[in-house]
Amino acid sequence: MKNTSDLIAETNHWNYRIIVLELTVNNHPGVMSHICGLFSRRAYNLEKILCFPDKGGQLSRMWLQVNEEEKLDQIVKQLQKLDDVRDVSYYPKGAELFVGIEKVLHA
Amino acid sequence: MYAMTGATIIIKLLERQGITTIAGIPGGANLPIYDALFASQKIRHVLARHEQGAGFIAQGIARATGLPGVCFATSGPGATNILTAIADAYLDSIPIICITGQVPLSMIGTDAFQEVDTYGMSIPVTKHNFLVRSARELLRVIPAAFRIACSGRPGPVLIDVPKSVQTETIDFEQWPEPGRPEDVVICEDAALLRAVSMLDESQRPILYIGGGIVHSGAAQWVRKLAEKAEIPVTTTLMGLGTIPVSHPLDLGMLGMHAARSTNLALEECDLLIAAGVRFDDRATGKISEFCPGARVIHMDIDPSEVDKLKTSHIPLIGDVGETLAKMYPLVKSGGRGRWLARIRDLQERYPLVSGDSLSPRKPFGLILAISEMVERDAIIVTDVGKHQMWTAQVYPFMRPRQLLTSGGLGTMGFGLPAAIGASLAFPERQVVCFTGDGSLQMNIQELATAVEQQAGVTIVILNNGSLGLVRQQQGLFYERHHFASEYQVNIDFPAIARGFGMQAYDLGDGKTSLQSLSGAIRDPRPCLINVPIHIDEDVYPMVPPGAANKEMIGGYNEEYV
Repeated sequence: MKNTSDLIAETNHWNYRIIVLELTVNNHPGVMSHICGLFSRRAYNLEKILCFPDKGGQLSRMWLQVNEEEKLDQIVKQLQKLDDVRDVSYYPKGAELFVGIEKVLHA
Repeated sequence: MYAMTGATIIIKLLERQGITTIAGIPGGANLPIYDALFASQKIRHVLARHEQGAGFIAQGIARATGLPGVCFATSGPGATNILTAIADAYLDSIPIICITGQVPLSMIGTDAFQEVDTYGMSIPVTKHNFLVRSARELLRVIPAAFRIACSGRPGPVLIDVPKSVQTETIDFEQWPEPGRPEDVVICEDAALLRAVSMLDESQRPILYIGGGIVHSGAAQWVRKLAEKAEIPVTTTLMGLGTIPVSHPLDLGMLGMHAARSTNLALEECDLLIAAGVRFDDRATGKISEFCPGARVIHMDIDPSEVDKLKTSHIPLIGDVGETLAKMYPLVKSGGRGRWLARIRDLQERYPLVSGDSLSPRKPFGLILAISEMVERDAIIVTDVGKHQMWTAQVYPFMRPRQLLTSGGLGTMGFGLPAAIGASLAFPERQVVCFTGDGSLQMNIQELATAVEQQAGVTIVILNNGSLGLVRQQQGLFYERHHFASEYQVNIDFPAIARGFGMQAYDLGDGKTSLQSLSGAIRDPRPCLINVPIHIDEDVYPMVPPGAANKEMIGGYNEEYV
């Protein structure tokens, strides 16, 4: 798993302040509450969220846009502590990820 | 092949975990579990009088033994009542397993009788939680709950079990292995070596240790390292006892109610070795001004605690006992005579206790007198408030798990039920609960549980007729507006205790002396002692909330600063 300074370096390389984390999580009804609850409880900004089932429904993949450079290290560490979170990584194409959805929204 | 109901599976799995005591209260949604518990030969049930009491009894067991405590509550109000005790366990990293009943699966989400979203409500106050959707899941969930509660940084786990899952019968081939702690994480060698040389270069280091040392069982390594390298040691409230009070390197507690000398020493240190601590604001004061000239080595098993509030120069992520043990043979010995002399100078100039504070009618004198009356292996429990801080300041704690106190959440009402739990875990040992009149009233119904269980608890009320710490802050920071903090009713606590069937004594009756109570304190039956304390006795020194630790009010020789 990458450390935070690598994540930030990559983010800067993309020349955006947009940081998108990709999570692999167990797929059951409480997982979304755990993730969103963490963000609200610890006052981390969660800008955008996308979730799809994966591996035949056993797992889910989530993408979180978290415009929080200063707190990113803490966010990643706290996410890694959640029992249902299998993996946290930086999603390099973060800036593009939500573009299509935004088009639908503004159509 | 086994065929069993979910309820029986729960009880059998708890038995297989080695659980022998469960505190709880039955209700409609957990009655199948209680019926299965009725059939158990191995588990003793302790009927609390309020679910929060049950939660704190489980905590008392866990805090005294280091092993997970288990509590039961029903759905709805049972679950909401027990949440405070779970949140308290979360803030102090105490392993407890709470199993709540829930309405049947088919009724979830319908606002059924006694339905609340226990799963949703417990997310932010548990290490992990489960809503069990089939009896078969229990075979995985119960061992997982124990594994999670005890692994790494411990914490509470809640399992919400719908009634229909409790009554569902399933067939299964074999029992799962009991949940055990995972292997501990060991810190990286490279970082450890850098830490060793940073310590060797330091002229004025301080070890700042807390509850993590207790959880890790690392007290002996703290002592060895401190003695070898001549490092003074300060502890958080949760760490009291990890270095004996009589030890020459002990600085006592740091922070809001520390000895002035301890906070001033921290101002001067050039290296802070933080081990099993989380830089809580009650310990650090204004964090930006905490240990201003110090480099920081932070040892913790929870990576998210490192760099959360104070950036460390060297993080050592892993079991703190292993880290200290690996560090010990590598560090240079001694050579810090000047620093230790400086600290002795500060301690002589600003003593915490002196003169008339040692009268047994004064808080410090009373607490010290009782410390001399109890056995050396006695367990000391406190509630939350002035009495807690006075106890933390002067009680001669000599070993880990000697003090059980609510640190992070600061829950008034913790003391009595936690003391009952400690006594159930160690029935042969004395348990003394220092409490206040405010705190005791928050879980006073557990007097009944103490009598019913014949728990050997001695309750000492430091009775100042007020919410003392609140009143103190109003006096200092709110223009002496002592509003809503002074009780207008003078409660006869001994009469109330006797009403519950408990022996009780009153040091305010003009006849009873503390010395005459040594027999009562040694009596293995529960008893209560009321001690009037003047309402204006305050806790000093004090760092105003939000201020830097050097800005202390009160204490002896304040004018020297």
